[in-house]
Amino acid sequence: MHGEVSERIRRLLSIQGKRTVDDFHKALGKIMWGKCGMARNEAGLQQALQEIPVLREEFWRDVRVLGSNESLNQSLEKAGRVADFLEFGELLCRDALERRESCGGHFREEWQDAGEAQRDDENFCHAAVWEYKGEGQPEVRHQEELVFENVALAVRSYK
Amino acid sequence: MKVTLHIWRQSQPSTKSDFRRDGAMVRYELDGVSSDMSFLEMLDVLNEKLIKEGQEPVAFDHDCREGICGSCGVVINGRPHGPEGGTTACQLHMRSFKDGAEIWIEPWRASAFPVVRDLVVDRSAFDRIVQSGAFVSVNTGAPQDANAIPVPKADADRAFDAATCIGCGACVAACKNASAMLFVGAKVSHFAHLPQGRVERAERARNLVATMDAEGFGNCTNQYECEAACPKEIPVRVIAEMNREYLRAKVTEE
Repeated sequence: MHGEVSERIRRLLSIQGKRTVDDFHKALGKIMWGKCGMARNEAGLQQALQEIPVLREEFWRDVRVLGSNESLNQSLEKAGRVADFLEFGELLCRDALERRESCGGHFREEWQDAGEAQRDDENFCHAAVWEYKGEGQPEVRHQEELVFENVALAVRSYK
Repeated sequence: MKVTLHIWRQSQPSTKSDFRRDGAMVRYELDGVSSDMSFLEMLDVLNEKLIKEGQEPVAFDHDCREGICGSCGVVINGRPHGPEGGTTACQLHMRSFKDGAEIWIEPWRASAFPVVRDLVVDRSAFDRIVQSGAFVSVNTGAPQDANAIPVPKADADRAFDAATCIGCGACVAACKNASAMLFVGAKVSHFAHLPQGRVERAERARNLVATMDAEGFGNCTNQYECEAACPKEIPVRVIAEMNREYLRAKVTEE
């Protein structure tokens, strides 16, 4: 593990590209804000899933992290985080795409009833987690059924 | 707006005996600053510019950027947290400066806060003070019902005045003696006004003062610069309370 971390740090410092870490962070933020915000739809998520890998590839080719790993280096810290965000942002989009219903803070524009979130209990009455399979490998989705014994599922209305 | 910055740059950490070695004030010209930017956002803009020019960015501490975490703190034109009263550096905006202003930015100046890099100082001395007694150590079990222990409103207010301390260290930076007494006084006062805190009041006063001295902070000579610099406007009354608690602890010592 120690070797992996050292290698990752060495790689970040050796790229010496043109774009700053903040620049990539903002570019990713813009994609996430626009296409994986509280209201999201299939077309936008598909687009985000095209854009994020391209941005990630550019990050690992063109990021500029100055200084060394021998003393406090805030750019290097930030670069490590943004590298994570570039993986996790993609997974968030995949997850949002996979859940074809609206539920809680996940509002899929295709599943609504005049602006009200429309759940699909037939197909999505479960909690899901993604299993990390290593860098560059697609994560695997696992699900656990939600079983309600004492209440019948119904639409919650605030009207 | 355009500003001229003079910033303390130091690439290697200081040691206690030789603090601020290997450093210097470096001048930077920064254009295109919006008056709506916060002071830290202005530093972000400077850092982006520096990185693009191939220079290492200025290291500075920050976290919440809304005045509650106590991470940020630099001396701006000789004043900790800058020219506005009752604000942290992150709550300061560039509209507080004139177009064309010259701004001097330095780290906290105290041998108990060695510089780590540029504007970042090591404030772990505060952590060690807190660890030596700024807490209630009895196990209180599950949360009690609210108001099960009645606290008079006046006491609650005084305790809360002290509890607003965010531990930023501006009091130390403002003091010519680098005294931490406003900080330590805030901890002592916070607990001494509450029934839960009074149980260990003597031990706490003794331990906090001993740790404060051991960490190398100076003493109070009643200049009240700390109160003026404190972003939470903690009154120097807490220092008098700390002295009273300490005296009380000493005369009742077994």
